Amino acid sequence: MVNQEDRIIIRTENVNFYYGEFQALTDVSMAFETNRVTALIGPSGCGKSTLLRLLNRMNDLIDGCRVEGRILFEGRNIYEPDVDPVEVRRRIGMVFQKPNPFPKSIFNNITYGPRLAGVSGKADLEALVERSLRQAVLWDEVKDILGQSAMMLSGGQQQRLCIARALAMKPDILLMDEPTSALDPISTAKIEELIEELKKTYTIIIVTHNMQQAARVSDFTGFFYLGKMIEFNVTEKIFTKPDMKQTEDYITGRFG
Amino acid sequence: MTTTAIRYRYIKQTVFFGLVRLSAFILALALGGILAYIIVHGISALSWEFVTQPPREAMTKGGIMPAIVGTFYLTVGAIAVGLPLGIVSAVYLTEYARQGPVIRVIRIGINCLAGVPSVVFGLFGLGFFVVMLKFGSSILAGSLTLGFLILPTIIGASEEALKSVPQTFREASLALGVSKWQTILRIVLPTALPGILTGSILGLGRAAGETAPIMFTAAAFFTAKLPTSVFDEVMALPYHIYVLATAGTNIEETRPLQYGTVLVLILLVLGIDLVAILIRATIRRRKKW
Ligand SMILES: Nc1ncnc2c1ncn2[C@@H]1O[C@H](COP(=O)(O)OP(=O)(O)OP(=O)(O)O)[C@@H](O)[C@H]1O
Ligand SMILES: [Mg+2]
Repeated sequence: MVNQEDRIIIRTENVNFYYGEFQALTDVSMAFETNRVTALIGPSGCGKSTLLRLLNRMNDLIDGCRVEGRILFEGRNIYEPDVDPVEVRRRIGMVFQKPNPFPKSIFNNITYGPRLAGVSGKADLEALVERSLRQAVLWDEVKDILGQSAMMLSGGQQQRLCIARALAMKPDILLMDEPTSALDPISTAKIEELIEELKKTYTIIIVTHNMQQAARVSDFTGFFYLGKMIEFNVTEKIFTKPDMKQTEDYITGRFG
Repeated sequence: MTTTAIRYRYIKQTVFFGLVRLSAFILALALGGILAYIIVHGISALSWEFVTQPPREAMTKGGIMPAIVGTFYLTVGAIAVGLPLGIVSAVYLTEYARQGPVIRVIRIGINCLAGVPSVVFGLFGLGFFVVMLKFGSSILAGSLTLGFLILPTIIGASEEALKSVPQTFREASLALGVSKWQTILRIVLPTALPGILTGSILGLGRAAGETAPIMFTAAAFFTAKLPTSVFDEVMALPYHIYVLATAGTNIEETRPLQYGTVLVLILLVLGIDLVAILIRATIRRRKKW
C-alpha cells in the first residue's frame, strides 16, 4: 500500500468508466491522501481528465456515460442514488485547463458560488473575497479593481481568479486539470508556488503533462496508460526508479 | 496548368463575382426604390398634427395617433406574450430535453409554425381568443395572436443565443456546486439575453407591420378614443393603411394619408430594428469570450 490508510480522503475502487460503448477507464483503484498533492500523468487520451471529472461527478453532464465500481469520499460512495451531485461539487472544487471566469466583475466571480450556497451580508462576502484572493495570491494585484470585469485580467490572473473562486466555496478537495497549460512560465511558477501553499489546507489532485511540474509540486504520482492506472507511488520513487518499464519510458520521454 | 485553363478560371471568377455584385445591387435598388417612393409620396402628409391627432371627417383628414398608439400596445403585448414563452421553450429545448424523436417532432412543429401564413394565425386568434375565450376583438386577443406569430422566431433566436453561451461557463458554475437550474438562471440566460433580445426584436419588427393577424382580433376600423383596458379594440397602422386603401369612400383623396401612414409604419419598424442593431453592437463590443 502506497498511502497511509487513516489519511485517505477519497478513493476509487475498481472503477470502470464508459463513454457509450467506449471504455475510457479500466479497473482503476487508487487512494488520495488528505493535505497532499497527487499528480496524474500519462499520454494524451489515457483518461486522466475522465478520472478527475469522476471524482466530483462532472461526468454526469455527459449523455450516455456509465460508471462501475465505487468512489468513496470520506467513506461514502458518491455514486449512490441518494447522493446529491451538487453537494459533492460543493465539497470537491475544480479548476479547468482554460481559465473560465464568468463575464462578471472580479468580486462577483468569487461571491457567485457562496451567495447561492447561502452566504450573505456585505461584510462576510467582502471578507471571503479578500481571504480567497489572498489564498490564490492575487489580492495585491486586484484589490483596487474588484469591480472590474474579470475578462480584463491576463490569462495567469484569470486562472488564479478561478482558483480563488473555487477556494471561496471552502472545498475539501481541489481538482486541477492542467491548470497551467495555457499560461506563460511566470504565471505557471506562481501557480506552482500557490499549490505548495494550498496543500496545507486542501487536498489537491492535479493533472499535468509537464513532468517537471509533477515532480516539483506533487507528493504522489499516478501514471496512466490507455485507461489503466499503471503505477502509483510516492513522486520521488516514480521519477527516480519506477517499477514499470512503461512508466520509465514515459517519464524519460521515450513515448507519449 | 496551361494558360488557357488559367484564363478560363479567371473568366469564371469574374463572371461569378459580377453576378454576386449584381444581385446585391438589385437588392439595394429594390429597397432604396421602395423607400424613396414612399418618402416622396408620404413626406408631405407628415406633420405634428398627423402623429398627434385622431382622424377627422370620415378619416379623410386629421392624423393617425390612435393607430400609432394601438400598434405600440399590440407590439408591447406581443413581446410580453412571446418573449417569456419563447425563452422558456428554448431553455427546455436546448438545456433540458434529451435529444430524441420527441424533440425532433417538436422542432419540426416549431418550423412549421414559422411557415404558417399569418392570416391563419388571425383566424386562429379569432376562433380561440376572440370567440372561445370571449376576449372579444381586443388588445389582449391581438397581442396573444401576434405573440404566437412571433413565437417561432423568438424560440429560434433564443436557441441560437443559448447555444452560443460557452460550455465552459456552464461547467464553471456547476463545478462550484451550483444547481443546473441556478446555472441557467444566473449564468446562461444573462449571457444569452442580448442575443435573445436582438433576434426577438427583429422578429417583432416584422410582426408590427402584419395586418392579417390583427384584423379579426384587435383592430378597429375607426375609434378616436384611446384604449383604457386590454379588452378595448384599437386602431393599428397596418390595418389603417388597408382600410384607407381599400374600404374608404374617398380612396383617391386619402392617397397622401395612406402614404404618410405607410411612412410612419416603416419608420417605426426601422426604429425597432435599429434598437436591435444597437443592442447587438453594444454586446459585440463588450463580449470577450
Ligand atoms: N465526452 C466524451 N465522449 C466520448 N469520448 C470521450 C469524451 N471525453 C473523452 N473521451 C475519450 O476518452 C478517452 C480519455 O479522455 P480524457 O479526456 O480523459 O484523456 P486525458 O488523459 O485527459 O487526455 P489529455 O491529456 O489529452 O487531456 C479519450 O480516448 C477520449 O477520446
Ligand atoms: Mg485531459
